[in-house]
Amino acid sequence: MTAPALLPDTLLRADPPGSHVLVALDVFTALYHRRSGQTHLVSEPVPDLISRLEQSAMTPAQLLAALSEEADVSAEGDVLAALIDRLAELEALGLVVRA
Amino acid sequence: MRHSFSVTVGPRSFRIGSDWRDPVARLEALYAPYPQSAVIPDFTVRLEAERPWRRFVRPSVAIRGDYMLPDAVPVSLAHGLLAAEMAMNLQMALGERHYLLLHASSVERDGKVLLMTGESGSGKSTLSALLGERGWRFMGDEFALIDPGTGLAHPFPRPVSLKNDAMAVMASEVSADRLGPVMHATPKGDIRHLVPHPDAIAAMETPGKPALILFPRFGGARAVRQIGESEVFVRLTQASTNYVALGEQGFAALTQLVTTLPARAIDYPDTATAVDLVDVLWSDLA
Repeated sequence: MTAPALLPDTLLRADPPGSHVLVALDVFTALYHRRSGQTHLVSEPVPDLISRLEQSAMTPAQLLAALSEEADVSAEGDVLAALIDRLAELEALGLVVRA
Repeated sequence: MRHSFSVTVGPRSFRIGSDWRDPVARLEALYAPYPQSAVIPDFTVRLEAERPWRRFVRPSVAIRGDYMLPDAVPVSLAHGLLAAEMAMNLQMALGERHYLLLHASSVERDGKVLLMTGESGSGKSTLSALLGERGWRFMGDEFALIDPGTGLAHPFPRPVSLKNDAMAVMASEVSADRLGPVMHATPKGDIRHLVPHPDAIAAMETPGKPALILFPRFGGARAVRQIGESEVFVRLTQASTNYVALGEQGFAALTQLVTTLPARAIDYPDTATAVDLVDVLWSDLA
């Protein structure tokens, strides 16, 4: 059974700090996920997304608004759709769960 | 088992049992300079007749042990020594739970270790054997054992399996009494074992600090290429047989290697060029 698709207002969170180990390499970040025992090589913005969702649960729309405050990120629809796609990938890996 | 043999290599001990005398006699000859293990072995290997009657008729060796691959192909008794060596590799690759195992050759100088990893045919084995005769301490041609607690590389100086052209290269470097019999037309081609330099066996309990990672590739024109951390990380996870089994310890050991060691890919057309490249890159470290 697959989970319903992520929507802009689906509340998400990451496992709390300490549930994974991040080591920055040259272009990627190596991420060890303690719960699954899996290693992932991720690139920005993934470490940033996980870090923000560790601090508090957010919806994709809220996350995009937060990212837009600090970086030159357009809050237009296609950016939100791309962000939702990335979050869905992280959910499939178990790095992000529904709050 | 009718015949058996025990030996210690580096930090690990093995017991090899066999239905036949011949592979055990060959192991005893090849491993004569190594300490005979009296302790309970870390790994057990069994060379068994594929079927009971095949102990006598067209004998064929099936490899058994604590850890097995279901589709391991039986080899002919003439290649029993190769079967024993492959079985010992298999036990380490599948069973080792303390050290992070890298499918890599390694040599040491001044307490610092050069790790060389690459696919079969890259020349890493021959290169380590050659350096072992040229002022370096040979630490192993098959596995480098990284201690996750200390980050040190521990030796596993098994006899080197010289394949095809490497036999001629090493025959001109070492005395004949260090070379085993030539095994023709094995599944890996023609193979001959080389007993490591006596200094390598005498120091097989002495680890060293990793200092440089090379990814050698035999066949191209002389070239050196810097490799980024991410690529090194991916290549080393592929080169490790027990990375996943070690969990977070393996992750910590591997990322420490990747973020602290320089890494280069080298292409070389002949062994003389490879030895020269190693000398140049090694002196650049100082």
